[in-house]
Amino acid sequence: MQSQTPGEVWILAEQAGGRIEAAAHGLVFKGRKLAHDLGVRLTVLCFGQNVEGAEELLADGADRVCLVDDPDPEHRDGEIYARALVEMVRRHQPAILLTTAGLSTSAFFPRVAAALETGLSANCTALEIDPQTKVLRQTRPALGGNVLATMESPVRRPQMATVRPYAFKRGEPDPARRGEIVRVDLESQPAASRTRLLKVINDLDQKVKLEEADIVVCGGRGLGKAENFQVVAALAEALGAGLACSRPPVDDGWIPYSHQIGQTGRTVAPRLYIACGVSGAPQHLAGMQTSEVILAINSDPQAPIFEVASYGIVGDLFKVVPLLTAKLRGLRG
Amino acid sequence: MKIAVCIKQVPGKFKIEIDPQSGALTKSGTDSMINPFDQNALEEALRLKEKHGGKVSAVSMGPAQAAESLREAIALGADEAILLSDPAFEGSDTWATAHVLSLGMKKLGPPDLIICGRQSLDGETGQVGPELAEMLGLPFVSSVSRIEEVGEGSMRMQRMAEEGHHVVEMQLPGAISVVKEINVPRLPSLRGLMQAKKAAITVWNGQELGADPARVGSQGSPLRTVRVTQPQRSAQREMLQGSPESQVDEVVEKLRQSRIL
Ligand SMILES: Cc1cc2nc3c(=O)[nH]c(=O)nc-3n(C[C@H](O)[C@H](O)[C@H](O)COP(=O)(O)OP(=O)(O)OC[C@H]3O[C@@H](n4cnc5c(N)ncnc54)[C@H](O)[C@@H]3O)c2cc1C
Ligand SMILES: Nc1ncnc2c1ncn2[C@@H]1O[C@H](COP(=O)(O)O)[C@@H](O)[C@H]1O
Repeated sequence: MQSQTPGEVWILAEQAGGRIEAAAHGLVFKGRKLAHDLGVRLTVLCFGQNVEGAEELLADGADRVCLVDDPDPEHRDGEIYARALVEMVRRHQPAILLTTAGLSTSAFFPRVAAALETGLSANCTALEIDPQTKVLRQTRPALGGNVLATMESPVRRPQMATVRPYAFKRGEPDPARRGEIVRVDLESQPAASRTRLLKVINDLDQKVKLEEADIVVCGGRGLGKAENFQVVAALAEALGAGLACSRPPVDDGWIPYSHQIGQTGRTVAPRLYIACGVSGAPQHLAGMQTSEVILAINSDPQAPIFEVASYGIVGDLFKVVPLLTAKLRGLRG
Repeated sequence: MKIAVCIKQVPGKFKIEIDPQSGALTKSGTDSMINPFDQNALEEALRLKEKHGGKVSAVSMGPAQAAESLREAIALGADEAILLSDPAFEGSDTWATAHVLSLGMKKLGPPDLIICGRQSLDGETGQVGPELAEMLGLPFVSSVSRIEEVGEGSMRMQRMAEEGHHVVEMQLPGAISVVKEINVPRLPSLRGLMQAKKAAITVWNGQELGADPARVGSQGSPLRTVRVTQPQRSAQREMLQGSPESQVDEVVEKLRQSRIL
C-alpha cells in the first residue's frame, strides 16, 4: 500500500470462509461511481486468509484490492481489525470509508469511527457526491422508516457510512478492467486480543441463506397460527426460496427470530419477495423494500404493503398461496 | 459487580412533522418510554446483580424529561440513576452522544460491565455502544443473546451471528449490547414504584462532566443532518383482477415474462 494517494474512496468488504460476501459487489459498483465523481481511485479492503474473488472486485470497479492477511482468521477479532484499519486510514487518508451494515461490522466499524473522531451514518440507502462541495451525501431511513434523513460530514475525514445490504445493485462486471491486487500482513498483536471466539453454533434452520436467496417467501400474522406456516413453507420449497417472517410470528413463537425481516431483523433485497398475510408496517418494509419485485398477497385491499408491491393479489392467502405453489410445482417439476 | 446500563428515552409513537420550507424535522414523536432494547439491557443487569451481587446504575443522556425513564429504571430495581443533561448536548450525533456518555462513565467510576441496547428506536444506529467502548478503551461484544457465565475477570456469552450464534469470551471490564432474545423484562413492583417516587435522580451538566463545548451537541457532532423527507413509494402497484385461479395464472405469467421466474 505504498503509492496510495489521499482522498480515495475505500470500501471494506466482508468475507466468510474465504469468499467475499455477495452484498459487497453492489457496494463496489456504487463506490466506482463515487470515485469517478471525485476523480479518485477506489480501493477495496478485505480482512481474512486466502480470500478468493479479488479479480471479481476489480471487474466490479475497484482500482485496487487490498487483501489483509489474518494469520488467525477463525478468530475474527473485530478489535484487532479495527486497530489495523485505523492505522491504515491514518497513513493513507481516504476521503470516504464504507462497508455493508451487518452483524460482523456492527461492533468494529463504530470503533473505527470513534477512534478517528469522525462521523458514521448507519444503514444508508443512497450515497452521492454533492457536485459543488464534493462532500458525500448520506441518506438513510430513520425514525422507524418514517423519514429519510440526509446527512453530511462537512469537516471530519474520512466520511464513514455503513450501507444497507443490497441497497445498491450490482451492475455488469467488466472482466477486462485492470487493477492491482495487493497482499499485506495483518500486524497481529495477539496480546491485545480481549475477546475470543470459542464456538460457532450453526443453529439457523435455513436451507437457503436469506441474505443470499434469489427469492424470499415471507409469512405474517395473517397466517393465524404456527401450523399454518406450512402453507408458506411449501411455497418456499417449490421455489427453492428462503423462508422469512414478519415480527408477530416470532413474538408468538411460531418460528425462530433468525427468520425475521425488518428493522429489528434481517435485511434482504432478493429478485422476488412474496409477502403473505403481511400488512406492510414501516418496520417491516425497512428490511425488504429494496427487493426487485414484490408480490403481496393480503385479504385487506387497504393494507399498506400494496403501496410498495409490484403486484398485488387481494385475497385469502390460504386459497391463493396453495394455488401458487401448485402452479409453480407444475412449472418446475 | 458494578454494572452501568445505558438507557435512552425514545418516542413510543412516531408523529412526523417536517417544515416544508427548511426541510427540518419539527416533530418526531410522542409517548416517551425506555428504548425497548434498553429494557432488556436493564433486565439483564438486574439478573446479574441478583446472581453475583453488586450495583446497577442507569445512565442516560437526554433532556430533563428523560428523568421519567430513569425513575422507571429505579422502579424496576436500578440502584441509582444518572442523567447527563445540558442544553449544550442538544443535537448530538452518535459520536457526541458516546462522548458525553464516556464522560459520565468516567465520573461515575469505571464499571465492570456496561450494557447497552442493540439499537435505539429513533436513532437506529447501534453505534453508541461500540463508540462508547472505544472511547473508554473497553472490549465490546454486540447483539448478545445470552450470558452463559460471569467469572473472575471475564464473561462468556452468545452473540447473534450470520451463521446463527457465536460463543465468545470477553475480558472484564468490558461492554456489550443486547438483543430482545436475551430475556423478558420484568414489570415494576409496588415497592419499586414507591421507591422510585422519592428517589433522587443525579443530574450532571456539561460543566460538572468537564465537557469541552466544541465536542458536544450539534457543534461537536461530525455529522450534520441537511434534509429530512418523507419516503416516496415508487412501486408499479399492479393489482391483479379476477378469480384467485386467474390472478395466480396471470402473476406467474408476468413473472416469467420479466424473467424473475
Ligand atoms: C421497535 C419495533 C421494531 C419492530 N421491528 C420489526 C421488524 O423487524 N420486522 C417486522 O416485521 N415488524 C417489526 N415491528 C412490528 C411492526 O410494527 C408490525 O407490527 C409488524 O410488522 C406486523 O406484522 P404483520 O404484518 O405480520 O401483522 P399485521 O400487521 O397484523 O398484519 C397481518 C395482515 O394479514 C392480513 N391477513 C389476515 N388474514 C389473512 C388471510 N387469510 N389471507 C390474507 N391476508 C390475511 C391482514 O389483512 C393484515 O394486513 C417492529 C415494531 C416495533 C415497535
Ligand atoms: N442518549 C443516550 N443515553 C443513554 N444511552 C444511549 C443514548 N443513545 C444511545 N444509547 C445507548 O446506545 C444504544 C444504541 O443506540 P443507537 O446507537 O442510537 O442505536 C441504545 O440502546 C442505548 O443503550
